[in-house]
Amino acid sequence: MSEMFSMRDVTVCYDNVEAVRNVSLSVEEGQIVTVIGPNGAGKTTLLMAAIGLLASRGRMVFQGGDIGKMSVEDRVERRLCLVPEKRELFSDMSVADNLLLGSYSLRDRSGVQTTLDEVYDRFPRLKERQRQAAGTLSGGERQMLALGRALMAKPKLLMLDEPSLGLAPLIVREIFRTIASLRDLGVSILLVEQNARAALETADYGYVLETGEVVQSGPAKDLIHDPRLITAYLGGH
Amino acid sequence: MTSDIAAILAIDGIATGAVYALVAIGTVLIFTVTRVIFIPFGDIAAFTALTLAALDAKRFPGTGALVVILACLATLIEISSLLRNGELRLLPRALLFYLVIPLAVVGAAWLAMRADPPLAIRLVLALMLITPIAPLLDRIVFRPIADGTVLLLLTVSVALHFALVGLGLLFFGPEGVRTEPLTSLSTEFAGVLISGQTMLIVIAALVFSGLLYLFFDFTLVGKSLRATAVNRTGSRLMGIRPARAGTIAYLLGSLMAGVSGILIAPVNTVFYDSGFLIGLKAFVGAIVGGMTSYPGAAIGAVGVGILESFASFESSALKDVIVFSLLIPVLIWRSLASLHSEEEIEE
Repeated sequence: MSEMFSMRDVTVCYDNVEAVRNVSLSVEEGQIVTVIGPNGAGKTTLLMAAIGLLASRGRMVFQGGDIGKMSVEDRVERRLCLVPEKRELFSDMSVADNLLLGSYSLRDRSGVQTTLDEVYDRFPRLKERQRQAAGTLSGGERQMLALGRALMAKPKLLMLDEPSLGLAPLIVREIFRTIASLRDLGVSILLVEQNARAALETADYGYVLETGEVVQSGPAKDLIHDPRLITAYLGGH
Repeated sequence: MTSDIAAILAIDGIATGAVYALVAIGTVLIFTVTRVIFIPFGDIAAFTALTLAALDAKRFPGTGALVVILACLATLIEISSLLRNGELRLLPRALLFYLVIPLAVVGAAWLAMRADPPLAIRLVLALMLITPIAPLLDRIVFRPIADGTVLLLLTVSVALHFALVGLGLLFFGPEGVRTEPLTSLSTEFAGVLISGQTMLIVIAALVFSGLLYLFFDFTLVGKSLRATAVNRTGSRLMGIRPARAGTIAYLLGSLMAGVSGILIAPVNTVFYDSGFLIGLKAFVGAIVGGMTSYPGAAIGAVGVGILESFASFESSALKDVIVFSLLIPVLIWRSLASLHSEEEIEE
């Protein structure tokens, strides 16, 4: 497996406060990597820096190229995609238009219809609601739309910020099943989650972020049995 | 007031309102995509009328020199920005967009002028010369402060309007112009004579609004502009560049303002500073429509046109006072009707 994405000693500051400090992580091709940690640990900040919405220090490499100085749009054109915590859907626009805009960065438009059909196959609910405005969807449907929209860009690395946030348990299971199935398509995934158990069950490798620093990392199957993590994040059993 | 007079005033008002509607739609377009309330839109409309008048008089309009100066300034600013960000690889593209294309447009217009072109070509030339102005002003003035507050952008926009009025005097002179009517046809409807120019204004407003609707609903670029207006961060995450969306919005908006300038020139005498009132009345129309809705802005602008028409019949001296007083009840109604969210306050 070759390295898809890596961060080396990345530091992100809000004004003069270091929200993320010297974080290093890497995602191999076709791998699901998760970053877990408590609220306010800097998980979202890390993803915002990875996509370029926040400025950062340190080195960021995507598919062998340094992307640290690139704009958000240039990163997206290289097929690095983020589904943010707030989803950032185009609420006044239809589901179909939201999905179509997901493919905006693709130069080759020939495969767009096929990708759209694949997304509709994966999320039949979106097909049923394709003419409906995104703002009228339920929480679960909005998350499906955010995921579907990101898939329209044919991402090489998909970064997901709290995909289970605010969703009913049944929907959460469906979302994680979908995430796991994306790995089979060859999409690498960087998953940031508070639902640590679900994240580690789905991921191959995990990092634990506390107060802006990586305090622990290892294969997900090892972390899930780690006594410290069980007490702190996995519900203590 | 008899019903005949009311009908004539209403038709006159609808025609004026249709011109305001084109400018109002442009104002909403720019505001939603870039958050800039582009006050100089009226100036763009007035400059188009002055450009067309110069072309009619077989003179090369001052617009050419204005575009050349703005293109040089924009190119310098773009190059310095590329140097600062270490993005010199984008230089050829910057030169093409900010220097070569605007200069080519001026050159083409200059060459076409020598062949004594017919009216249809002169209309196209006037629009061609006017459309680069707003996107170039965007690069020079607004792009460097794109992340500023709406209030800062508005303040700069007002300052820019005054600068443009000064430039208008320099490039077009103090004389007013009135161009030939685009058609001499007329028709009678329910006992009221309607001039061909009036019909043309209404038809043009409908056609251009319709084209804009098709552009927004059926093209990927149109949808990307709507997306930028709805959610800027979301659109960036799709790879839509806000600066590029802004440029397209300015181009389209200038085209709308240009068309309204061409339509109004045979009906009103246009001076270098006539744009302010056109822009301001269109702005009132856009506010009536809530600043974010195109049909709302168009209906608001037509309403302003009709109100102005009746007001000028009742008291010509007070017509502008009456029109602008409309803002007060509308703003009170809007502030009572809308719920302020925390996000708006942060903005």
